[in-house]
Amino acid sequence: MIAAVSSFLASLGAAFLGVLASVGRLGVFTGQTISHLVRPPFYGREFAHALLQIGFFSLPVVGLTALFTGGALALQIYAGSARFSAEAVVPQIVAIGMVRELGPVLVGLMIAARVTSSIAAEIATMKVTEQIDALVTLSTHPMKYLTLPRVLAATLVMPLLVGVGDIVGIYGGYLVGTGRLGFNAAAYLQNTADFLEPLDVISSLAKGAVFGFIAALMGCYYGMNSERGAMGVGRATKSSVVAAAILILAANFLLTEAFFSA
Amino acid sequence: MITIENLHKSFGSNAVLRGANLHVPKGESMVVIGGSGTGKSVLIKSVLGLIQQDSGSITVDGKDVNKGDRDAFLARFGMLFQGAALFDSLPVWQNVAFRLLRGSLKKPKDEARAIAIEKLRRVGLTEDVADRLPAELSGGMQKRVGLARAIAAEPEIIFFDEPTTGLDPIMSGVINDLIREIVTEMGATAITITHDMTSVRAIADKVAMLHAGKIRWSGPVGDMDASNDPYVDQFIHGRAEGPIEAVR
Repeated sequence: MIAAVSSFLASLGAAFLGVLASVGRLGVFTGQTISHLVRPPFYGREFAHALLQIGFFSLPVVGLTALFTGGALALQIYAGSARFSAEAVVPQIVAIGMVRELGPVLVGLMIAARVTSSIAAEIATMKVTEQIDALVTLSTHPMKYLTLPRVLAATLVMPLLVGVGDIVGIYGGYLVGTGRLGFNAAAYLQNTADFLEPLDVISSLAKGAVFGFIAALMGCYYGMNSERGAMGVGRATKSSVVAAAILILAANFLLTEAFFSA
Repeated sequence: MITIENLHKSFGSNAVLRGANLHVPKGESMVVIGGSGTGKSVLIKSVLGLIQQDSGSITVDGKDVNKGDRDAFLARFGMLFQGAALFDSLPVWQNVAFRLLRGSLKKPKDEARAIAIEKLRRVGLTEDVADRLPAELSGGMQKRVGLARAIAAEPEIIFFDEPTTGLDPIMSGVINDLIREIVTEMGATAITITHDMTSVRAIADKVAMLHAGKIRWSGPVGDMDASNDPYVDQFIHGRAEGPIEAVR
């Protein structure tokens, strides 16, 4: 009995230490990434390429996600508010729901799916094919050349993507509200504009920046720490997306608490 | 020029290098032979700082490789990787001129491209491959592009990691001849890692055999066949029977 308890406690302790070690490694990696921000050289071409890949080419997926979510949100709020005869609140709730929560979170999760996975797979493949070693032998620091441009680009471009997501989401609600639920178009837009406050928009964009940082950082971290072979690349890609999604949701809670707790 | 003394490196419980010693004088072409998994790649990656040794010392021109200006140190080296390790996202000429487009050796883009094309010609590739992506090239062409990249900045020291692995005998011969010519004309110091005995005879001034984490034998390539070392003898003749276990 004592041996079994002791074994259980030992495995629990080992798992806990493993988690601490992972957190420590991620902390060091994050610190190294940020430290390269103030240490030249900077690779402008890589940064511009990352901006294009992460920002511009994510617009379709972000737009479609937000459009359908905004439309579905309008339908749900209309159906739910009809239970207590408050159908008129649809524009306001769609606006606040999209801007404060659904816009940043859904864009963050879509970016985790599209960008984090792509970064992790690319860097992991570079690692297993010795391209990272080749970079080092060519006097190029992999963190400066691969990690910093991607993390910086994602952090800067994500607020713009979230802004686009917010607007398209509200537009989705508007289309459903005016086309299907019988709202007056001008009144819908006026209610939306009147109800939103600057803090709603600021919190949305700030969440975008944090989620972008997390999404790119996780892709780079798992890519750089990939194990060998196709299985290693697959595992790095999967782990990066799972970690990014969980961290984005956790950060969303903390940021909501920070921005809106009374 | 390159001196490795009592080098130890383990990965977990697997002690790969157990006191390796090697000296490569300036301008000499040293080929390191040995079975798979004996630590040949670990040896050269330790020199470049890609792998940190557990103990022992590595010096180049008497200076510890782990101290001093890293960029200046690496600028003296070129390396051809086993799988060429070309950057997939860059066209061939930018792979070759990678070092010339950034960092301390940066040159104007047109000049860097001209040098890249000249180096591609040197390894037997025409200008029309310059704008292609590495994935569009055959394995032999990729190796040649890797070789062009290794020599683009005219390094003093060049490492070749399994330069003929995966190539047909004719292409292997082409690569071997290129390596020999380039090392001779550049006056570079070279370390080549291979199991290919044709490569050894084509490239080497001296040969060192790595076995069980140590340099088992080293000497001029002409003495290799008369080494009287049963390990070297078994390896160079590719015999299954002998002191080296076939199943490792």
